[in-house]
Amino acid sequence: MNDPTIAALFIFVLASFAGFEVINKVPPTLHTPLMSGANAISGIAVLGAIVIAGDREPSITMILGAIAIVLATINVVGGFLVTDRMLQMFKKKEVKA
Amino acid sequence: MSGIESNGLGDLITNGIQIGYLIASCLFFVGIKQLGSPATARQGNLISSVAMLLAVVVTLLDLNVVNYTTILGCVAIGSVIGTVMAQRVAMTEMPQLVGLFNGLGGAASALVAIGELWRYFGTTNSPDTGGMISILLGVLIGGVTLSGSLIAFAKLQGTISGAPVTFPFQQAFNAALLVSFLIGGGLLLTGGLNQSMFLGTIAISLLLGVMFVLPIGGGDMPVVISLLNSLSGLAASAAGFVVANSMLIIAGALVGASGIILTVIMCKGMNRSLTNVLFAAFGSAESTPGEGASGGSMVGQSVKTVDPEEGAMMLGYARSVVIVPGYGMAVAQAQHAVRELSDQLERLGVEVRYAIHPVAGRMPGHMNVLLAEANVPYDRLYDMEDINPQFETTDVALVIGANDVVNPAARTAKDSPIYGMPILEADRAKHTIVIKRSLGTGFAGVENELFYNDKTMMMFGGAKDMLTKLVAEVKEL
Repeated sequence: MNDPTIAALFIFVLASFAGFEVINKVPPTLHTPLMSGANAISGIAVLGAIVIAGDREPSITMILGAIAIVLATINVVGGFLVTDRMLQMFKKKEVKA
Repeated sequence: MSGIESNGLGDLITNGIQIGYLIASCLFFVGIKQLGSPATARQGNLISSVAMLLAVVVTLLDLNVVNYTTILGCVAIGSVIGTVMAQRVAMTEMPQLVGLFNGLGGAASALVAIGELWRYFGTTNSPDTGGMISILLGVLIGGVTLSGSLIAFAKLQGTISGAPVTFPFQQAFNAALLVSFLIGGGLLLTGGLNQSMFLGTIAISLLLGVMFVLPIGGGDMPVVISLLNSLSGLAASAAGFVVANSMLIIAGALVGASGIILTVIMCKGMNRSLTNVLFAAFGSAESTPGEGASGGSMVGQSVKTVDPEEGAMMLGYARSVVIVPGYGMAVAQAQHAVRELSDQLERLGVEVRYAIHPVAGRMPGHMNVLLAEANVPYDRLYDMEDINPQFETTDVALVIGANDVVNPAARTAKDSPIYGMPILEADRAKHTIVIKRSLGTGFAGVENELFYNDKTMMMFGGAKDMLTKLVAEVKEL
């Protein structure tokens, strides 16, 4: 267990099992919003990008990290907003119905 | 590393960061869970975004992160671009946009892995085995996600043809690509760092993504995007292994696992297995001549056409009308015209309902989103199981730009590629009016015998144009 990769593997496997259980029956209406919302979460890579872009000295790594931050932030911000736009429409309609 | 002034403070911050990650992880799980249910979906999305904000803020506290100007600048740029894209996009282009965002996420994960390895170039050090495997996985999965998503985007956008692209020895070529990636990876693991070898593995990963999506038809892109979404989660997890960040691993695994479940649910909606969706093109390449022959036999059959005036009469004097929207409606942005037509019909006392096929359009739920945009009341939309038994008592089924989802061949023709797919039984209505631009085939590339049916009348033209004319004619009644 002293290898950090092994500890990380435990986290990964257990989180995957939890992920399998979180979703069971989803009405077709929500497939697209759910995909879009989950997609926004996958922009979590922004954390990794921040970590490698945060170096004190400029380097290739830092530049790659900076580009990664921009891309991941587009994913995150755009993803959440677009999901909300979709869901907003359902909301409006349900109130009316 | 540098920057830790005192152990006490350092420990405090490190623990604080981990607690923050723990809270954010819980919020992500709650958020995804709530996204799966109509009543709580919007709140779930909000909770997920709060979790993301918390995770980012907490990461900025990391004492090794010092370059705030660059980071905040990049975050600002990304936020502006993301906001503009999310607000500008038309509802019809939603599937493409999700695909595009997904590709960017995959790219970010790959860049993190690449950037981390780049630290070692020019030094005598190299990452340990676990670290190196994580980097290679991050590059592979992230690269496939990026290039695969871009191809999916191009297919949906119509930049490249949606038809499956196949060529001889394609699977052998793909296998060779994968093997060369494994060899390259193996050499990097055992033989030390080599910059051009590493760049080679990046290139192969990107090529694999392209090759993976090219043979899949445009109609199956929703499933592909869902699968790539799952992969982008795994890519984020791999990046988490690379920079030893548990938050990345957890959120990535969550998206990876839930994405797979969603993909399977979507495949079930089409009554197909995931393998069938991904590799069907290779099977159908052999059976194409047969299909072509059966398609040719249809040419001789006659098609009845109807003009808007006559169509309006049929609709206006019907007791019940079921509207079957398809991708043609989405492309023509005709949802508002559809709404207007049903308003007019209701004014005349016609009962109007909508039949929604689980995979109508290019994405499950696509039609619901569009009709919601046009303020069609939610309770008028019927799922396939609910509406199918009612077609027989329906006077007119109005099919707007849908094709494969109403093709009776799915029930009868055992040799048809869509055989067994559940369809909307629009052919069982007393009359069927089909608005379509031509007799061209749908994504499955199959002739539709519904169009040649005695009870079917074709109204050739763009959905919006035809519907506007119908509305005008119905107003005259």
